[in-house]
Amino acid sequence: MATLPASPPLLADEHVRTPWSEFWRKFKRQKIAMIAGAFVVLLVVVAIAAPWIAPFDAENFFDYDQLNARPNAKHWFGVDALGRDIFSRILMGARISLAAGFLSVAVGAIVGTLLGLIAGYKEGWWDRIIMRICDVLFAFPGILLAIGIVAILGGGMANVIVAVAVFSIPTFARLVRGNTLALKHLTFIEAARSLGASDRAIVFRHIFPGTISAVVVYFSLRIGTSIITAASLSFLGMGAQPPTPEWGAMLDAARAEMLTAPHGAIFPALAIFLTVLAFNLLGDGLRDALDPKIERR
Amino acid sequence: MPQYIVKRLLGLLPTLLLVGFLVFLFVHLLPGDPARLAAGPDANLETVDLVRKDLGLDRPVPQQFLRFVNGVLHWDFGTSIRTKRPVAQEIGDRFMPTCWLTVWSMLWSVLIGMTIGIVSAVWRNRWPDRLGMTLAVSGISFPAFALGMVLMQFFSVQLGWLPTVGDDTWRHYILPSLTLGAAVAAIMARFTRSSFVDILGEDFIRTARAKGLDERRVVIKHGLRNALIPVVTMMGLQFGFLLGGSIVVEKVFNWPGLGRLLVDAVDMRDYPVIQALVLLFSLEFILINLIVDVLYGLINPTIRYR
Repeated sequence: MATLPASPPLLADEHVRTPWSEFWRKFKRQKIAMIAGAFVVLLVVVAIAAPWIAPFDAENFFDYDQLNARPNAKHWFGVDALGRDIFSRILMGARISLAAGFLSVAVGAIVGTLLGLIAGYKEGWWDRIIMRICDVLFAFPGILLAIGIVAILGGGMANVIVAVAVFSIPTFARLVRGNTLALKHLTFIEAARSLGASDRAIVFRHIFPGTISAVVVYFSLRIGTSIITAASLSFLGMGAQPPTPEWGAMLDAARAEMLTAPHGAIFPALAIFLTVLAFNLLGDGLRDALDPKIERR
Repeated sequence: MPQYIVKRLLGLLPTLLLVGFLVFLFVHLLPGDPARLAAGPDANLETVDLVRKDLGLDRPVPQQFLRFVNGVLHWDFGTSIRTKRPVAQEIGDRFMPTCWLTVWSMLWSVLIGMTIGIVSAVWRNRWPDRLGMTLAVSGISFPAFALGMVLMQFFSVQLGWLPTVGDDTWRHYILPSLTLGAAVAAIMARFTRSSFVDILGEDFIRTARAKGLDERRVVIKHGLRNALIPVVTMMGLQFGFLLGGSIVVEKVFNWPGLGRLLVDAVDMRDYPVIQALVLLFSLEFILINLIVDVLYGLINPTIRYR
């Protein structure tokens, strides 16, 4: 009797596919988003380390011999009209802009997600009231709402963060509500409920994870917008006050010196542009990696 | 259709009332006494009391709200604290420059944005697409005030082709409207592209190609009309963005419009002007969204409004 060659044992696919590994597999194929992500990490490191790596004191060092000087060996990005080192101010500004962008979107996302979960899960009156509030917030064009809030609370970066957070709320609420409505009728939710899970457990352990990917994508795209809005408010004189090295405020200050010292405007403008660009590219990459409908085309 | 419009208008009422109430509350949310703000820092107590009576601030809040609504309905927003002129007049003077600026920006951005979007979709993943989408993501990431300063520096100061500030001639409109429209053009380009890419994959496009239509007809006649539907919705939403963006752009170009009026009013705590402008901006935004919904029905006959 001929013996059959021993077949190799049937291994289950060694590579266990988790949502995380699936995400990583798709994400790392996107070179541009990877570079953008690395740049964001670098920015965060710079922002945290800024006080130690900045060559000069951003607010209190004045080089009176080099007012409005062009970029040179001592001052890499040049000097502003008051004699302050622009490179140091850009580094310190990264701290402010990143904090403003991240904090405001985080607050908006947390509040908006909670409201969206409640509205979508409870429906009925909760839904109507929450969505009506969102409609009202939506009725004010973004920056206008922020200006209104700053007009009430007064200027300053903290109030700008609150203002930008408020106008991030309705978008997150709508997004999460839509996802919740779609998820809550699925079988696994019904199964959880028939096993006696409480509403809270269903919402947070079963529905919430299903909305995370949409929230993450929107989060990163929103940070870019929020950084621009915060900088715009500072540019309008309603956000960071002098001598704070905020990028929008620096651009505003540089307007008077555009003829003699255009570098005073160029570097903050570049800083805002590259930062926002990185977040937007990262967000695009996350969306492509997390959206199951998008196969790379 | 008319029924649908009436229904939508009625549906707007609760939102409008809430917006109005929020704007009304605005004065009471401001730190400090609005009567003292209106009377000025040097006024004595009696004057402040007189002003309080005059503004109706001594009456109960519901009555004040009715008074406010009544005023708004009669186009009476009170008097500007800064210039002592009626707010309605202040706004009247500044309305047209902002209106034209917004309309021009919208035209630019639709024209440029949709062209880039369509070109990118048709030559997907080839160099026109890559170039177009690079431009688009840059446009979204470049803040309007920085773009305005760069354009002004280059075209007005260094080349001397265009004027820097003011709104006297049509040439004054070019840079501000391009600045304001850039971000919207970028958003429109991305949106048009994705809408078009979806449509070009549809069965009816394959049918159109299969029956031998040339590609240009397929794209323009069959693709464009269907891809336009989400794009028009997007346009309406972006109008709000333009209204907001005009505030920043008007400061850069020293434009005599509503945005700069608002910035000055916030600076001077001129609350009647702030109130009226916030109300006006949100009214415009709400109305534009209504118009967009109606347009939506006109472009897409499959949507029947009841």
